[in-house]
Amino acid sequence: MDDMNDMRLVERAVDDKELKIAADGVDVFYGDTHAIKAVDVNILDKTVTAFIGPSGCGKSTFLRCLNRMNDTIDVCRVTGNILLDGEDIYHPKVDPVQLRAKVGMVFQKPNPFPKSIYDNVSYGPRIHGLARNKSELDEIVEKSLRRAALWDEVKDRLTAPGTGLSGGQQQRLCIARAVATSPEVLLMDEPCSALDPIATAQVEELIDELRERFSVVIVTHSMQQAARVSQKTAFFHLGELVEFGDTSQIFTNPKDPRTESYITGRIG
Amino acid sequence: MPLIWIILAVLALGAAGYVLGRKRAVSSAGGDIRILHSLPNYYGMNVFLTAVVPALLVLVVWLLVQPAVIQRQVTQLIPDNDIMESGELSLIMSDVRRVADGLDRALEQGALSREEARMIRSEFTNIRETLASIGVALGDDVNADVLAAAQRYRTLQTTGNTLMTAAVLILAALGLGYAYSRTHKDFRARNTVERAVLSILILASTIAILTTVGIVLSMVLETRDFFHLYPAREFFFGTEWIPSFEGGSHLGLLPLLWGTLYITFIALLVAVPVGLFSAIYLAEYAGRRMRGIAKPMIEVLAGIPTIVYGLFALITVGPMLRDYFAEPLGFGTSSSSVMTAGIVMGIMLIPFVSSLSDDIINAVPQSLRDGSYGLGATQSETVKQVILPAALPGIVGAILLAASRAIGETMIVVMGAGAAATLSLNPFEAMTTVTVKIVGQLTGDTDFSSPEALVAFALGLTLFAITLGLNILALFIVRKYREQYE
Repeated sequence: MDDMNDMRLVERAVDDKELKIAADGVDVFYGDTHAIKAVDVNILDKTVTAFIGPSGCGKSTFLRCLNRMNDTIDVCRVTGNILLDGEDIYHPKVDPVQLRAKVGMVFQKPNPFPKSIYDNVSYGPRIHGLARNKSELDEIVEKSLRRAALWDEVKDRLTAPGTGLSGGQQQRLCIARAVATSPEVLLMDEPCSALDPIATAQVEELIDELRERFSVVIVTHSMQQAARVSQKTAFFHLGELVEFGDTSQIFTNPKDPRTESYITGRIG
Repeated sequence: MPLIWIILAVLALGAAGYVLGRKRAVSSAGGDIRILHSLPNYYGMNVFLTAVVPALLVLVVWLLVQPAVIQRQVTQLIPDNDIMESGELSLIMSDVRRVADGLDRALEQGALSREEARMIRSEFTNIRETLASIGVALGDDVNADVLAAAQRYRTLQTTGNTLMTAAVLILAALGLGYAYSRTHKDFRARNTVERAVLSILILASTIAILTTVGIVLSMVLETRDFFHLYPAREFFFGTEWIPSFEGGSHLGLLPLLWGTLYITFIALLVAVPVGLFSAIYLAEYAGRRMRGIAKPMIEVLAGIPTIVYGLFALITVGPMLRDYFAEPLGFGTSSSSVMTAGIVMGIMLIPFVSSLSDDIINAVPQSLRDGSYGLGATQSETVKQVILPAALPGIVGAILLAASRAIGETMIVVMGAGAAATLSLNPFEAMTTVTVKIVGQLTGDTDFSSPEALVAFALGLTLFAITLGLNILALFIVRKYREQYE
């Protein structure tokens, strides 16, 4: 009985959050391939939203629409509306470079730059002029590394190359790097798929903490992970958004038979 | 037996061995090739290799050693006063060989019978005329000693060849028999053939290395001769280059080295920015169609012969620089200048730098670009702060390769910068480089015992040392920074 009450409290807390990103009728084409079909998703502030679905279902493609990373691919075409704080991010007036500073991204494989740990984290703040002097920059680097739960491990070797860290540390460095530009939304494309279980647990814990400040969207193949870290879940199948709702509802009481089949392992 | 027949016989034995070995292997498995350790072809190949390789190796060694042995034996027959007369033992020995070959040829054409050829005497027959009638010209009348030596040479040659033929064929047959007797379904023929392949690969790389060593050694020996005739100190630190075949030359390296480095520097000043920027454009910005057109166009530059670049320097760039820059600015009136050669050489090097850098920039993982764009960096920020640092070791390597190419360039310098060895800072003055002077010292009638000719080898060795140093530096840089990204 107590459990049920807790659950309701969490749900109510989620419902109170304000809308961050509203996607409305989004279609994506790769050349002639229709990769995403009329997807509507509302992403709330200070919430973790998980995108799940079998490989090739378009969840990563959709994620990359949210910060216009698909612009770098020539043949990719996006139609429909995606509003960030009520503003259309595909409006000609919007500079995708500015947008990506607000919507940070962490990739599937850790991709630290071949630079020192310090330079990796200070890369974004330097580009965007977020620090007025060296001590402010130092502060941002320390704060970001602390948020990524990496500070204690690297504080004595900030000048060492970021590529010399272990896989899990590298991924947390990439998270620190993304956090350092103080984005409003953090997109994570299967951030744990290249990590071992211990590093995965650390990153998941981190995602839960990041929720206090950011809106987090995570693509994952692991349903357990989606269940552990997210409050909202979207299930994609063959380019369509099949079902979107509270994580607890999706996993315990899916409305669509396809969702149920996927969660119970019959399609995938 | 002529050489080609020996080789063919050995190969025929090998081919027979291949068929036999294959058959024996299959029959030892009772016709079921799945029982065999290796595929049937490997057994055949094993027999073939065991028959052919040792036999041919012996053949090669024999062919190398036999002339030296015969030479030694025949030389003993020639009295010392003959050597004194003609001045050189090698001259007499070449006479001996010509007489011996001439007699053989006379025998073949029927001008002499076997008996006559064996018994021929310089006292009774004019051998020079006899041989001249069948088309072998001798420079001198043949004396008894030379004839005796020639006859000895013939007998040794014949015995040697017979022995060689026998040894090679017997060895091939033995190899065949041995490998055939070992052929059995459990024999690991595949591994043996694998080792043979390995040794072929090792042999190939050894040849490449030995050639380099050989080139260096020959240069070193000639250079040593040069330094016996001309003091090394004056060569390395001399500031004047005035060769004169009558003696009293000044052969200072410095003006040539200065010209080389100055021209190379200007060439790199042109080639590095242009090449690197075009590589960045092609790799990062250009669309697929633009890239498809521009990249081959740039690489066409690499296909232009350097003599054509030289013409371009001589006819277009040189006069233009003189008329629009050197004369109005008061830098001189020469149309051949360091600037001319440097600029044209720089144009020649553009495709080197751009093509190599383009490959290196493309090799930077896409994930690094994504990471940078994902943080809100623009394209040029990404290039400047992520891609170039990651690609730097490779780019430095490309630049150093271009530099070694520039240092070794000759034609453009001759036609663009002239042949005057001067030490000057003025880039509009005619200068010359090490390579041009090497050509200059060795063309025409040269006496290879004079320091004026031998200096070419010292110059060549110096050049080799410089480019080798640059290449090692390039390798070192590339290796040291290579692991920056996976």
